[in-house]
Amino acid sequence: MNTQTLPSAAAPLGARPARPTEPVESAAETALPLAAHAALATPVATPTRPAAPRLPGPLALKLRQGVQAAVPPLLGLALLVLAWAGVSMATSGSIPGPAATFDQAVKLFSDPFYSNGPNDQGVGWNVLASLERVAIGFGLAALVGIPAGFLIGRFKFLSKMFNPIISLLKPVSPLAWLPIGLLVFKGANPAAIWTIFICSIWPMVINTAIGVQRVPQDYMNVARVLNLSEWKIATKILLPSVLPYMLTGVRLAVGTAWLVIVAAEMLTGGVGIGFWVWDEWNNLNVMNIIIAIGVIGVVGLGLELLLVQIAKAFTYEEVKS
Amino acid sequence: MSSKFIELQGISQSFKTAKGPFLALDNIDLRIAKGDFVALIGHSGCGKSTLLNLIAGLTTPTTGVLLCANREIQGPGPERAVVFQNHSLLPWLTCYENVHLAVERVFGRAESRAQLKERSDAALALVGLSHARDKRPGEISGGMKQRVGIARALSMEPQVLLMDEPFGALDALTRAKLQDELLEIVARTRSTVVMVTHDVDEAVLLSDKIVMMTNGPAAHIGEILSVDIPRPRKRVELATDPEYLRCRQAVMDFLYTRQAHVEKAA
Repeated sequence: MNTQTLPSAAAPLGARPARPTEPVESAAETALPLAAHAALATPVATPTRPAAPRLPGPLALKLRQGVQAAVPPLLGLALLVLAWAGVSMATSGSIPGPAATFDQAVKLFSDPFYSNGPNDQGVGWNVLASLERVAIGFGLAALVGIPAGFLIGRFKFLSKMFNPIISLLKPVSPLAWLPIGLLVFKGANPAAIWTIFICSIWPMVINTAIGVQRVPQDYMNVARVLNLSEWKIATKILLPSVLPYMLTGVRLAVGTAWLVIVAAEMLTGGVGIGFWVWDEWNNLNVMNIIIAIGVIGVVGLGLELLLVQIAKAFTYEEVKS
Repeated sequence: MSSKFIELQGISQSFKTAKGPFLALDNIDLRIAKGDFVALIGHSGCGKSTLLNLIAGLTTPTTGVLLCANREIQGPGPERAVVFQNHSLLPWLTCYENVHLAVERVFGRAESRAQLKERSDAALALVGLSHARDKRPGEISGGMKQRVGIARALSMEPQVLLMDEPFGALDALTRAKLQDELLEIVARTRSTVVMVTHDVDEAVLLSDKIVMMTNGPAAHIGEILSVDIPRPRKRVELATDPEYLRCRQAVMDFLYTRQAHVEKAA
């Protein structure tokens, strides 16, 4: 890898650094000169490449890899369903089995957006209502938490000032804040949002602050030698190097928020997936509770995957020599 | 003026440590003429990089004065470009953008966008990296990264090029290529260069003067050797050149005979 250097500016070697991530492209690159060579050597109109030994096509290979990758998780899922069926049988049906629940789920998801008044709405509305609360609470927390994290990371004094408070408040269950929210905002919905705000602000403050504190000294030295302006330092050095930490904070925050919203809604009522679970418990509709657990899991996983993808796009390899 | 472009007068540098102050450099006096290629050589921990950082203005001396072009060095400045040991490219910027950041800062006020772009491209071309213009540092080899670092430094048209073991992390073949390139570039740009190295051959091949430093703590300049080998220098021919061998012998003697007691005091 290290030896891809050119002797001088006059003789560019067309050095192609090894890019293990792009096997398809490099294959095309090597194939091209071969074809050109064949065209030169034989004055035939159609340069036929010598028949290479037939390897398994890339599609077949991908298919096989895909199957191999899918088998273990599918087995795990099957085991879960099996255990579930076992529990269902052992409790002689008080916990409904997979088949019955599946039928119920199909029925439920065939009409997710119906509305028969505030206490009887489709599962789609409930999920959307919960997501909306999470989005608002989390958004407000990001608005406050990320700048606060920057300040705490940048100034030692502020860090010393606020770290004890953060350490003290972080371990408090966000639900303990719910009554305060109810009292101050005089409403169930803002109180739930308030709870989400409280639980998602800590990871963002802490991770952003750590990110700022860990900006490599080398980069700051570059800034000093180039005598960059504060604006350039912020946009070209601080922000890009803090971003991965910040996004980790965001990911943790969204994960916690999604955990907490279910519990908060059980307490506050209204529309929402947490409330729905509690409502179905009151109706003794265990099948719907199991379905809700599945929905909560899927949505949580979706949020997580989305944020991981975003984080990947903004994370650069730490450059070391 | 030309005989003392950079001047160090009575420089001492001590660091606070848990065990009390640690004197890294003790009473360093040094003059560097314009256009000279000076190598700082010594065992690791002798304060070579500390000295270079002082000239760069990244740190300030405990006592003493540093002058560059008769002006006191107060802090880092674009007239003293630094090539860092680990190249310190910003990984989220392409090679071009890394260079352009420096160009914009130094010439942004005076020149048009097109002129700035031309400068950045010219700097990349100078180190033979025009083809890697739009690649990120993570996508190129260690030698190429180091060359981008050199391009960034040169693009600022600095009066002094400060290099901190620029080729230390590279394999021998890549290092040789880059040394030859550097010789060519320096010959073209007539830059003043101060380079920290621990490689005897590199020091003799590249420099006009070799500043040999004693072991720390309280390191000082042990000896300054003039290398009177005419330029352009060719690595292969030098292998049997009597002056080259004499210089090499002198540096080796200093490092391995007289200053052999590495870390005895530590």
